[in-house]
Amino acid sequence: MPAKLSARLCSLLLSLFLIAFALPAFAGPFEDAVAKFANDDYSDTEEAIGVVASSGNPLAYPIISALQDGRLMADPDSKKVYVTGADGKSIDAATGQPVASVPDSASAVRLNNRLRRSVDAAVGGLTLMSPDVTARIQAAQSVFKSHEESALEAVNTALAKETNKSAKAALGDARAAILLFKSDATEVEKLEAVATIKARGDQEALAMLTGIGADQPASVTKAATSAIASIQSSLAIWSTVQNAWYGLSLGSVLLLAAIGLAITFGVMGVINMAHGEMVMIGAYTTFVVQEVIRTRYPALFDYSLLIAVPLAFLVAGAIGVVIERSIIRFLYGRPLETLLATWGLSLVLQQVVRTMFGPTNREVGNPSWMSGAFEVGQITITYNRLWILVFTLAVFGILLAMLRYTALGLEMRAVTQNRRMAASMGIATSRVDALTFGLGSGIAGIAGVALSQIDNVSPNLGQSYIIDSFMVVVFGGVGNLWGTLVGAFTLGIANKFLEPVAGAVLGKIAILVLIILFIQKRPRGLFALKGRAVEA
Amino acid sequence: MLNKSTHDIAASFSRRGVLAATAGLMLGLASISGAKAADDTIKVGVLHSLSGTMAISETTLKDTILFLIDEQNKKGGVLGKKLEAVVVDPASNWPLFAEKARELITKDKVSVVFGCWTSVSRKSVLPVFKELNNILFYPVQYEGEESERNVFYTGAAPNQQAIPAVDYLMKEEKVKRWVLAGTDYVYPRTTNKILEAYLKSKGVAQEDIMINYTPFGHSDWQTIVADIKKFGSAGKKTAVVSTINGDANVPFYKELGNQGIKAKDIPVVAFSVGEEELAGIDTKPLLGHLAAWNYFESIKTPANEKFIKDWQTYTKNPKRTTNDPMEAHVIGFNMWVKAVEKVKSTDPDKVIDALPGIEAPNLTGGVSKMLPNHHITKPVFIGEIKGNGQFDVVWKTPGLVAGDAWSKELDGSKDLIGDWVGKKCGNFNVKTNKCLGSGS
Repeated sequence: MPAKLSARLCSLLLSLFLIAFALPAFAGPFEDAVAKFANDDYSDTEEAIGVVASSGNPLAYPIISALQDGRLMADPDSKKVYVTGADGKSIDAATGQPVASVPDSASAVRLNNRLRRSVDAAVGGLTLMSPDVTARIQAAQSVFKSHEESALEAVNTALAKETNKSAKAALGDARAAILLFKSDATEVEKLEAVATIKARGDQEALAMLTGIGADQPASVTKAATSAIASIQSSLAIWSTVQNAWYGLSLGSVLLLAAIGLAITFGVMGVINMAHGEMVMIGAYTTFVVQEVIRTRYPALFDYSLLIAVPLAFLVAGAIGVVIERSIIRFLYGRPLETLLATWGLSLVLQQVVRTMFGPTNREVGNPSWMSGAFEVGQITITYNRLWILVFTLAVFGILLAMLRYTALGLEMRAVTQNRRMAASMGIATSRVDALTFGLGSGIAGIAGVALSQIDNVSPNLGQSYIIDSFMVVVFGGVGNLWGTLVGAFTLGIANKFLEPVAGAVLGKIAILVLIILFIQKRPRGLFALKGRAVEA
Repeated sequence: MLNKSTHDIAASFSRRGVLAATAGLMLGLASISGAKAADDTIKVGVLHSLSGTMAISETTLKDTILFLIDEQNKKGGVLGKKLEAVVVDPASNWPLFAEKARELITKDKVSVVFGCWTSVSRKSVLPVFKELNNILFYPVQYEGEESERNVFYTGAAPNQQAIPAVDYLMKEEKVKRWVLAGTDYVYPRTTNKILEAYLKSKGVAQEDIMINYTPFGHSDWQTIVADIKKFGSAGKKTAVVSTINGDANVPFYKELGNQGIKAKDIPVVAFSVGEEELAGIDTKPLLGHLAAWNYFESIKTPANEKFIKDWQTYTKNPKRTTNDPMEAHVIGFNMWVKAVEKVKSTDPDKVIDALPGIEAPNLTGGVSKMLPNHHITKPVFIGEIKGNGQFDVVWKTPGLVAGDAWSKELDGSKDLIGDWVGKKCGNFNVKTNKCLGSGS
């Protein structure tokens, strides 16, 4: 490869140059390796990482960690490599001397996935003795993943000095992983390693034990096989728990989308096909709020959702009131016309949003408290799903309390149960109608704020939820909020237990078939409204 | 958006004084009745959804063709005549595609149509183009297994996208276990069938391949992502090959990020995720996931930089991204212009015969050529997602790859070729030396 050769020549010339001028650093293998970062060639970079990481040079850690964060700049013309710090100060990577500025022709050294793995392993090896406990644990984990033999000594030294309990456990795991794959480790060491990894009991442990290969002593293979079996059986139990959690999470999304419909369709009896668009408007309100916050008050970003919730309620609620006053009130008692009118309306609203915001998805960011996940036993719970579940239950509780304990709630129930009698008692029924529809729409808007965190914010957002929402309300029993709650969670959990068996497509079909059969048996849903409600 | 593009069209046409046409466009981008638009223009049909689910992807392609026509007219048009766009909106409704295609050809008398995105929309307009003998340029990567006289495929065939991507993962990432995840329709199903056959021919065992389909617009990915995680913990390097289409990608990538699946552990290589799709997501957690395309916006060539600059000036949006199907339209449009100028006529029969062999530069520094099977030669790039929503090319094929109309991996099609120059046949069987014709 002439390019490589000339690069080598270049670095050779450079080092000759350096020696000739008797600069403090003389060109050893370390400096040669550093210069390789400037070649913009993945295999050269990989070589350089290996040499730098094992050089013992004090600059090794700054260089490798800069490479990891994309702060290692290389100038392809002069073959000089610089480490830029977070504070904007830069040093020459080969000598450690500060430099005034990095030339414009320098660009960050590029990585691919293979290199990222070597960088992680190298950083792991270099930070095992870091004063920061979390850094040490992370280092031990990346050594566990890479299980490079060369790290064994460092792990042993770190293990002897380690006092923190969880860091010690992580180091123990890392040591076990290395021994397991070390060809000249003794059988006793390997058996111990299998036992340590078995105790870990997670999917990574399973991956490691399955991957040990056939060239192990018979006793080790046997121990590994039994460890695999025991990990698998415990993981199977956890996977049931996991399905249940996913079911709850899906159920909460269904409930959130359906809860507004439970008011407009369930309580008022309006077949509102534009319900999904109210959800979408809520999501776009969140987008607008975040845009304003991003440009004007970036510090408030973590609170953007809290600000968006009341705004989405007001925007969607106001649009709901306008729709009720201008269209739906003329169509009470004519379900077919309502259906067509609201369906048309949903198309109009979609196209309006498409014209205003464009047809492409809009990015709604996750605030930091909604990103990431934590582990409970062997299952992963993502924060956004957890918060949505909490949020849904809160909205449900507030709505229930409102219907039960406020004057407006009492009027709503009165009007929907017996309109004429309510009117005779002096309730302004048309005002209550508008407010009820506004409430249902407003709650759909709130749902949009939450759904913007897990789904696309696009003009089609609402369409994907409208069918599910109707399904939940009809299944749960029209006119009954508790029915909607139970219906949503039943469907969510059933869906998630069917999905691993039947696949996502068949699972969804199976759920629809089951609902059809159920409605045949109980046309009024799970919790039929009993009593003297007067049919419209 | 709508306003902006109509405004631009108005600007480009007012000089010609084609008032009726502009007014028609203003009135909702419906079809223009071109009665007044005199005979001194050549009409170009644009058949892309501007509303409905596919609007997200197809609106940009409509704008691309309008942009190309504008540029061409600045250079003096074609054969001394100005080009005139006729834009219709098939509204993501497959039967409507056929209706609108018929309207474009019979009522508006267009010389060529640029359009369609999904395979089902292409299949739906096919009979119309055959019956009325017109030309369709189809700009999207697709499942192959087709070569029609009236259609020119400027997007990638599976051997120009899927197979090189899998090769890259096998060689560079040493992947041994494969998840083929896709949306449940014809493109992912056929592509996965081809990939499965290809992987098996490379010695991958059945239990190391997991195939998973999801409905359109799937938004709850928790179970599938957890399954992928589980599948990846069998001690062998695992990768996901994603033919997930459209909107479903955003929640899929969000879930991957949230469940902490990093590209360095389980890389995902996608065939339908481009710069436009990434615009809706925070890409920092996705660093290192891959996409295979024939074009990336980030590729630094003079042609590409000029194109991006002109495009952003034309759309008056300095942030407007470009993507692979747009480049396919650029190549297709230039090929059509060259073919028309070669035969000095817009007559579809003459242009169809002239197109194979025509060469047009692509935006990545090469020259693409129209092949006798109506597919083109393209380079294949593997890009990694970067933090800014763009791709960084980590690998590319040494030269241009010729598109295969019929996959060599499938038993049913490995002996077939498309050849509209010598054999005048789209599905010629080289073993039996027979043309299967349209009956198969």
